[in-house]
Amino acid sequence: MTVKLTITQLEHKANEVRKDIISMLEAAGSGHSAGPLDLADAVTALYFNIMNIDPARPDWPERDVFFLSNGHTVPVQYAVMAERGYFPKEELLTLRKLGSRLQGHPERTKLPGLENTSGPLGSGLSQAAGYAYSLQYFEDARHRFVYVITGDGELDEGNIWEAAMFAGKYKLSQLIAFVDRNNIQIDGSTENVMPLEDLRGKWESFGWHVQEIDGNNIESVIEAASMARAITNRPSVIIMHTVPGRGVDFMEYDYKWHGVPPNSEQAKEALTKLRTLDGKITSGDIE
Amino acid sequence: MYPLNPDVYNDNVKKEPIRAGFGRGLKAAGEANDKIVALCADLTDSTKMSLFRDAFPNRFVQVGIAEQNLVTLASGMARAGKIPFTSSYAAFSPGRNWEQIRTTIAINQQPVKIIGSHAGVSVGPDGATHQMLEDIALMRVLPNMVVIAPGDSIEAEKATKAIAENGKSTYMRVAREGTPIFSTEESPFEIGKAYVLREGRDVTLLGTGTMTYQLLVAASELEELGIQAEVVHVPTIKPLDAETILTSVKKTGRVVSAEEAQAAGGFGGAIAELLTQYLPTPLLRIGMKDRFGESGEPEQLMAFFGLDSHSVALDVKDFTDAMPQYHQGF
Repeated sequence: MTVKLTITQLEHKANEVRKDIISMLEAAGSGHSAGPLDLADAVTALYFNIMNIDPARPDWPERDVFFLSNGHTVPVQYAVMAERGYFPKEELLTLRKLGSRLQGHPERTKLPGLENTSGPLGSGLSQAAGYAYSLQYFEDARHRFVYVITGDGELDEGNIWEAAMFAGKYKLSQLIAFVDRNNIQIDGSTENVMPLEDLRGKWESFGWHVQEIDGNNIESVIEAASMARAITNRPSVIIMHTVPGRGVDFMEYDYKWHGVPPNSEQAKEALTKLRTLDGKITSGDIE
Repeated sequence: MYPLNPDVYNDNVKKEPIRAGFGRGLKAAGEANDKIVALCADLTDSTKMSLFRDAFPNRFVQVGIAEQNLVTLASGMARAGKIPFTSSYAAFSPGRNWEQIRTTIAINQQPVKIIGSHAGVSVGPDGATHQMLEDIALMRVLPNMVVIAPGDSIEAEKATKAIAENGKSTYMRVAREGTPIFSTEESPFEIGKAYVLREGRDVTLLGTGTMTYQLLVAASELEELGIQAEVVHVPTIKPLDAETILTSVKKTGRVVSAEEAQAAGGFGGAIAELLTQYLPTPLLRIGMKDRFGESGEPEQLMAFFGLDSHSVALDVKDFTDAMPQYHQGF
């Protein structure tokens, strides 16, 4: 049920997703900019290449599942889902509005295709671990995979490490976590607010297989997921080094864009830049 | 009429911890439905989830001392099509992990069953930190959440089987100490139903959980004082059986609620909300009076905090003496 696009096509798609995100956030008048933009590449790779899914059958029993743990980045998930055909793109502009299926933080019961409800940080990894445990031990369904994205600031939460310890003990090899290592959280840089390093060492000591990649390189994301699926004796974490606000130069690297949307002038500028870049972003290109 | 244990008013009435009924009920539910799985946070024997673990080791998950993970794992398993039961002490679950329950179970509408054991002051010597008194209040304010406090071990077994199949997020509180058995195998239990255990015309005594037995004994003491108390057992705190409760209150014109929990915000709070809206009636709320518990033997503590049958009888007597029967007049 996957549609196989070339890397270049995927990069174009991620650029479309970034434009969607800017338009959605501008229309909503509130929401988070940096995280969704930096996750556009990974989430596009997941929905268009990595995961075995069928948008026409969101509850298809054989599907791979995706849990978003840092729920505030959900605009990227909505945008990718719309691009993938889960619902019409026009609906994206209802984000955060009364009566919308696109809640400010994801609610499973509102929108088919969402696997969980999240927002308060630290719980998505546990929910994904519960699902992965079920596949591995209750169902013996070894061909399905559970993907989860967490933020890096989110790793401050104790619940994350409870889940990490659990997944390590039970060797949940169908659980594949992506950490969005963009180094920012609301109050500033992660290493100032609450240092996470040695992050690789932390995960390894909990019994996880760890990869570190450029999370804004779609090819790297796909290759890392492929490697993670091949690891059959441990859960996998892929630490994705990303540029917060990636794709919109005046947002990149600036933590102040964590929790605010662009105004209409800024959105116009961002969309112009994204359009200009369209077709020029190549795999591995970091500015 | 509700079939009562014929020995209920005898001093040697059989006692059994309510959690034992949960253990049997979960094992039986597991036999009937293979989607049921069980998770525990390092208190498997204590919560009596051990009966299920021993019968279905492959459907039991040891989570360790991690209550936040306990309920969020269960949420994920529910998404995978399972019916997860979680157990710990009520002080820790839902005491510690309430936000995870709110977000990943209640808002998310997953049919996870949260079993809070060792609720109330009758936990005894462990003291205030382990005597959970706020769980009813915490859980009943959550939309989508069913809240149940069975009155004895026989009822707990029936309630466990019932919640296994209700398809909803559910909290059930159970007690540690041996609780006198007032029901019988033939007694009815249905989620959302309250039951008149004893008829009377002077005052309605509404009990939930361990307090129903105390109300029955108090009613027999009150009878000797010339007060005919009607005892209504309310094992389901949410959704409340408004019809049964209001029918009784219309008859008696005075109400007492009783719970082994904070008298504010919990069961008594639910009754106050019901009455103020539909049938304003004088209400005495028996429970913990805005304070925490402390160490002591269970029976000692029940008496010390005014939760034993004799203390209840005296309070009800004072209440009925002071308060005229109120019948709808406006």
